[in-house]
This record gives sequence, structure tokens and C-alpha cells, in this order.
Amino acid sequence: MIELRGVGKVFGQGARQVTALHDVSLHVPPGEVFGVLGRSGAGKSTLLRCANLLERPTRGEVRVAGQDLLSLSPRELRQARQGIGMIFQHFNLFASRTVEGNVAYPLEVMGLPREAIRTRVAELLSRVGLSDKARAYPAQLSGGQKQRVGIARALAPRPRVLLSDEATSALDPETTRSVLGLLKDLQQQLGLTLLLITHQLEVVKALCGSVAVLEGGRLVEQGRVQELLARPESRLRALCFPPLSEQQEPGSAGGQRVELSLTDAHARSPLISTLARRFDVDVLLLEGAVERVGEARVGRLLVELHGSPGAVAEARTFLREQGLSAGEASHG
Amino acid sequence: MGDLPRALGVATLETLYMTSVASVLVALAGLPLGVLLVVTDRGGLWPVPALNRTLGTLVNVGRSIPFIILMVAIVPLTRLVVGTTIGTTAAIVPLVVAAIPFMGRVVEQALREVDAGRVEAAVAMGSTPLRIILRVLLPESLPSLVRGAALVVISLLGYSAMAGAVGGGGLGDLAVKYGYMRFRVDVMWGCLAVLLVLVQLLQWLGERLASRFDHTRSTSSPSPDHT
Repeated sequence: MIELRGVGKVFGQGARQVTALHDVSLHVPPGEVFGVLGRSGAGKSTLLRCANLLERPTRGEVRVAGQDLLSLSPRELRQARQGIGMIFQHFNLFASRTVEGNVAYPLEVMGLPREAIRTRVAELLSRVGLSDKARAYPAQLSGGQKQRVGIARALAPRPRVLLSDEATSALDPETTRSVLGLLKDLQQQLGLTLLLITHQLEVVKALCGSVAVLEGGRLVEQGRVQELLARPESRLRALCFPPLSEQQEPGSAGGQRVELSLTDAHARSPLISTLARRFDVDVLLLEGAVERVGEARVGRLLVELHGSPGAVAEARTFLREQGLSAGEASHG
Repeated sequence: MGDLPRALGVATLETLYMTSVASVLVALAGLPLGVLLVVTDRGGLWPVPALNRTLGTLVNVGRSIPFIILMVAIVPLTRLVVGTTIGTTAAIVPLVVAAIPFMGRVVEQALREVDAGRVEAAVAMGSTPLRIILRVLLPESLPSLVRGAALVVISLLGYSAMAGAVGGGGLGDLAVKYGYMRFRVDVMWGCLAVLLVLVQLLQWLGERLASRFDHTRSTSSPSPDHT
């Protein structure tokens, strides 16, 4: 649905050139929620803006819904953009228009008759839960309400693609969750293809099926969120589970430390009790977390195995066989 | 000059005539000029840097000529347009010429205040540049435009007094001819009082209109998220 191929973007000229994007390629299939994760300055915004040509890439190819955007005439590009919704970190609502007027704007652009606009606007506002605010101006709304208006406005022309530029970054955690919930519901109900950029890991965990990590204008990693999280060496995993503390705790002599990477299947099985029963080892939990990612769970645990050397060795073999990537951990 | 109130009344009407006709013409020309100054700029909606530079230079030249000199300098133009160089109608020509660049800058400034993100949103929704100008830039900057227009009209009022002094009639003419040359202090004060009231009135009206169009300040406190 969205395909960027070898996209590069250079700002400025001559000695003042800054390369914002290096050879970025990504593919978002229809109905997918694709997140681009990166710190500020990594080029996320530029990347997203290339998907509807708010930013024209210096090189590469941009295809959305089968159309090669770079080959379109200005008129055709405007037409194509009507099928690509966009929401923004700072909402970018029109202050001079009411909530209704904001949602109506893209429909006016499409040239819809007044009556059709009215019906569609009412429908959208009820969908985002703001029917009672139709006549309010954006300045009278809270941040979460403003973003709901932004979402309603972006979805008004029934786009198949939605671009989200840090849509929840200006919101508090609770409002962020509710806006993410709304986005998720709408995405599923409407079968939207969603390309979002964020620096918030929780957005990726809550919404995204696939993710790409952007660093210094380069995509350094790309794949299914669950698969990446299951892979011990992935950046996403490192971001999700920062390195465990290195401190050696005294008083746990004789134990062997093992770091466990849990995928969904592991997280659903009674792992610790199985270990204890089958191998005559005691398992001490030192650190760890199990998190929900979409429908699945992933986690990382640091445990210490106590028991006879033979039992511990067997237990470790078992863990390896289970694909828990029982990585080398320091000996206690 | 026995009938001060009557003379003042006539002069006030002449001033209002000059100022209002000039204001309408200045608005008609200044609005598109300001829009062009913004949209033809590099990175604008319709970038034509050469045109932008030319317009910018013209505006600067226009704004740097003192009004009293401009009035004399464009006498041929005034004669061409009105057929005469004396009288209230003739005074309108230099007034308009002098205030258009001013109005252009005022409009430009108001439009530049519009948050770039809103324009970007409009572009992302597939708007034509013309629609963005008419439906986004101008409405979003309306409060600033109105305040700016009040500023321009008040300046025109001041210029019109000057224009009047060199044969255009109006309050400036009255104040100079009677108040200054014939030492009629009462006429002088009368003219000043009327001008003062007019300025106050225009300022008040401008502010009132502007706040009416300004929806950026929440009239009630934002309701909490019941999301």
C-alpha cells in the first residue's frame, strides 16, 4: 500500500548540505500498522512527509496505493493526497473554524455537496465521541479532544492510508492511551493502512504490527514487532528491555545467572515451575519484565539457578532447547 | 468663519470621505499585494522569487518616501486619474498610493503569523493554493488583518490631514487655514478634538471586530478529557 524505495533526502546546498535520509526503503502492506521508531532528529518526520510528498525526496521512489507519487502532476497529486489522511503532533486544526468546520474542510476540498458534508461530519464526530463539541472552537478543547478532531478530519474523505506524525507525543499518558485505543479501533474497523512515526515505544507496542528503527537517517532494523522482540540482539528489544544491571549481588553464591528472552509461547507456559520440577534446581528471580505487545506477550528475565552443577547444566540445556536463548550471564 | 460647528462638520465629512474611499481602495490593492508577498516567497505556496524581490523592493521604495514629498511627486498621476490636483477627491490619489505598500506589509505580517503546520495540513488534504489562501490563510489571520487594517485606516486619517493642508480640504485644511494662519485657537482645538474622537473610535471598532473573529482564546476553560 505504501512503498518507499531507496528514498534519500538532502536539505540545503553546497557546504551546508544536510542529509536527512539515506536510502530508506520500506513496504507497508494493506491493513498493516507500521511504526517508525527513532529519536528526535533521526529523520522520522522527513520520512513520513515523503509518503505524501509534503517533502519531496531527493532520490528514490514513493508509491502509495499503486501510484508513483513523484510522477504525478500537481493536480493528480492533490487528488492522491485526498486518499492519504494525516494527523499531527500539534493537531494543526484551523483555529478560525469550529470542530464541525475542521472536519468539513477536506470534504469541501473534495467538492461534496453541503448536505453530504453535514451528514458525514456528524457521523465522524459521533465516531470519535465529540458530537457534543461540534460547535466548539479548537481553543476550547483539551489536547485529547483536539487530536480526536484531527483524526476525524483526516478520516473524513475515507482515506485508505493514514499517516501519523507523533500523534500522541503532546498528550499525557492517560490521554495517549485513549487516543491510541481510538486509532486502533478505527484502523481495524476501516481496514486502514497506518504509517506512524513516534519516539514512544509504547505506541509501537500498543499499535504496530511491524516496525522500523531509524537512526541518523538510516533504517537500521525492520520487521514484525513480535519477531524483533523475540530476537535477543535486535535494537527494538534493546530499546524495550534496556541492559540489565551489572551489579554482582553478594549472598547468592553458587548460583548461575541466566538471562531469558521470552516470546509469546514462553510467556504463556509455566516456565519457572517446570524448571524447578524437572531439574531439581531452585530458581531465583533477579530482574525482569513481561510486556504485552498487541495480543502477545514478550519478556526478559534474569534468573539465578541454584543446584548441583549437573542439574544446573541440564536446566540450561533445556532452556536453550526451548529457544529461550539462555544467554551468557555473569556468574554470581 | 463665524459658524465653527458648521465648518467643523463640513471638514469632518470631507476627512471621512477621503479616508473611507482611500481605505477601500487601499484594502482592495493591499490585500492581494500582501498575499503575493507571502505566497511568492521562497518556500511559499507559489514561489516566484523574482516577483517576490521586485514587489518587496517596490514596497520598500514606496514606504521610504515621506508622504508630503510623494504627494507632490505624483501630481501628474493625480491629474491623469482625477483630472485635477486640487480638492478632496484629488487628495485620495496620493493617499492610496502612499498607503498601499503599508497595507501590503501589514497583510504580509498577518499572514506570516499563521502557523505553518495548519498550511501543511491543508496541503496534505489536497487543497489548491488558491483554496489555501482563501480558506485557510485569510480566515486564520482575520483577527490580525482587522487589527492591521485599523492601523492603516488611522494612518490614512493622519495623512488625509496633511493632504488637506495642501488644498485637499478636510480637518487638516481647516486647522491650518484658520487655526494656524489666522490664530483661531478654537478652530485648531476643534479639529484636534474631532480627530482624536475619530482615532479612538476606529481603534475601538478595530479591536472589537478583531476579538469577535478571534477564536484562539478559549471563552470557557477547556473541559477535561472524558475520553
